[in-house]
Amino acid sequence: MNIELMLDEWVQENTKILDLGCGDGTILSNLKVSKNIKGFGIEIDRKNIQKCLEKGINIIEHNIDAGLKNISGNSFDMVIMSQTIQTLKNPSLALEEITRVGKRCVVTIPNFGHWKARLALLVRGKMPVTKSLSESWYQTQNIHLCTIKDFENLCSELSISIEERKFLNSNGNIGFHSIWANLLSSSAIYKIYK
Amino acid sequence: MKTKLNTSIGLVQPKRANFEQSVSLESGVKLSDIELIYETYGDLNKKRNNAILICHALSGNHHAAGYHSKSDKKPGWWDALIGPEKAIDTNKFFVVCPNNLGGCHGSTGPTSINPENGEIYGPDFPVITVNDWVNCQSILADILGIETWHSVIGGSLGGMQALQWSISYPEKIKSACVIAAASKLSAQNIAFNEVARQAIISDPDFLQGQYLKNKKSPKRGLRLARMVGHITYLSDEAMREKFGRELKEGKINFGYDAEFQVESYLRHQGDTFSKNFDPNTYLIMTKLLDYFDPASKHNGDLIKAFKEIKAKILAVSFSSDWRFPPSRSSEIVSALISANKNISYLEIESSKGHDSFLFPEERYTKGIKAFLLADYEY
Repeated sequence: MNIELMLDEWVQENTKILDLGCGDGTILSNLKVSKNIKGFGIEIDRKNIQKCLEKGINIIEHNIDAGLKNISGNSFDMVIMSQTIQTLKNPSLALEEITRVGKRCVVTIPNFGHWKARLALLVRGKMPVTKSLSESWYQTQNIHLCTIKDFENLCSELSISIEERKFLNSNGNIGFHSIWANLLSSSAIYKIYK
Repeated sequence: MKTKLNTSIGLVQPKRANFEQSVSLESGVKLSDIELIYETYGDLNKKRNNAILICHALSGNHHAAGYHSKSDKKPGWWDALIGPEKAIDTNKFFVVCPNNLGGCHGSTGPTSINPENGEIYGPDFPVITVNDWVNCQSILADILGIETWHSVIGGSLGGMQALQWSISYPEKIKSACVIAAASKLSAQNIAFNEVARQAIISDPDFLQGQYLKNKKSPKRGLRLARMVGHITYLSDEAMREKFGRELKEGKINFGYDAEFQVESYLRHQGDTFSKNFDPNTYLIMTKLLDYFDPASKHNGDLIKAFKEIKAKILAVSFSSDWRFPPSRSSEIVSALISANKNISYLEIESSKGHDSFLFPEERYTKGIKAFLLADYEY
């Protein structure tokens, strides 16, 4: 996934960044080195929380589905939500919350409209198991999958503006932006704001 | 006893520090001849940068870890967390724990002699604040030659001291662990403290606080105060697990003796405590808790109160703590994020209520250990 490349372009030096679903804190610790950011991570997975503490990263144990009501508006220069939205119970609340607390937000989504996913469903009649969606339907944490089209429709419903979008092929390389993106991209990176 | 000593820091001895200067308290009163009793565990390194201050809670004291003698049945109050290779690792850190000013375990307090008139302070001992405690701890640091604490750590009222340290002495503290605490007491918290105080004050043996002079002791009041307090330290779930509705003799006796196990437990806690604690100290310390509110100097704005903080902070709360529940820690966390300070936060699942902070739940101890060791070269 080429999110690091995009963040390198989009994140300004010495800014305040929130990473929702920050995992083991890799993105934040890299940005700390490359851009001297002040980073905060929110995570619910206990092993990842421990790893962040070991790395000395600011880590807040919190369930994003509960919203970010204690954080005031425009608190962060940028909010990152990478490969997290599809695991949330309430993705639209999360989008509203991140665009409230962040001046700009970077969101990445796995694209369920990718031809491999469509083909699996069409030919095999089963929920697709692919490289980016690697678990069976009953095991996966990905409970709210969407396509590129779905995501952009939701943004427009919530009056969220898309400033930039990048579509990635299954090798994680940035592909061409075309009318075929929803069919050919395995994931997408968005820069959004409200 | 041998295995007990092996997993603990072992035998320890309290030390004493006498302040050369007098201390001006927040109330305006000046106190001289202050003495603090304290314990230390582990060794101060050559750079003198591995010192950790432990702040005790309401009824705590300086004996945080280890044993005073081989016949001791119980170790210090935070032995579960402080010791070799424990969360606060005494192989790496030099750990200092004082009994705070106003205490009754050896530091200057209501049972000490007032140097001005040669009599026991008793009720004349001034009401003190968390600020006063922190200032005294800072003088102790000077005496010990510690310029900067690697961390200041405490649970409950101890966590409030850790928070106050990061506000009052931003240059002297690198990190703070604020555990099971709040940035101020709620009306309900204050209400429980008031019940405790009234229990003591209304005991006929209290004698306006002059019980020592009159060779009396308001033990019944203090016992009751502790019983009320103790209920707030446990959770409904913890009490159900521990006692349920179990009867001591297996049957009800239609009387007012301790019939249920929970009754005899509370009575025992109250009895033990009232033998070892000074009622005037209990009054002072509950008042000090009620007064704590660092935002009050900034029109109630906690973000402004946190403006000067430089330390990185770890806040920890426990799911079943209803005295200072997770929502109270969240207030601290949000304000620190807004103030752009380094903050981490753990919300630990535990059924033990407010007292959870005393027990070595694995994720809690591992979290503190990792927080203390991150970015630290010793």
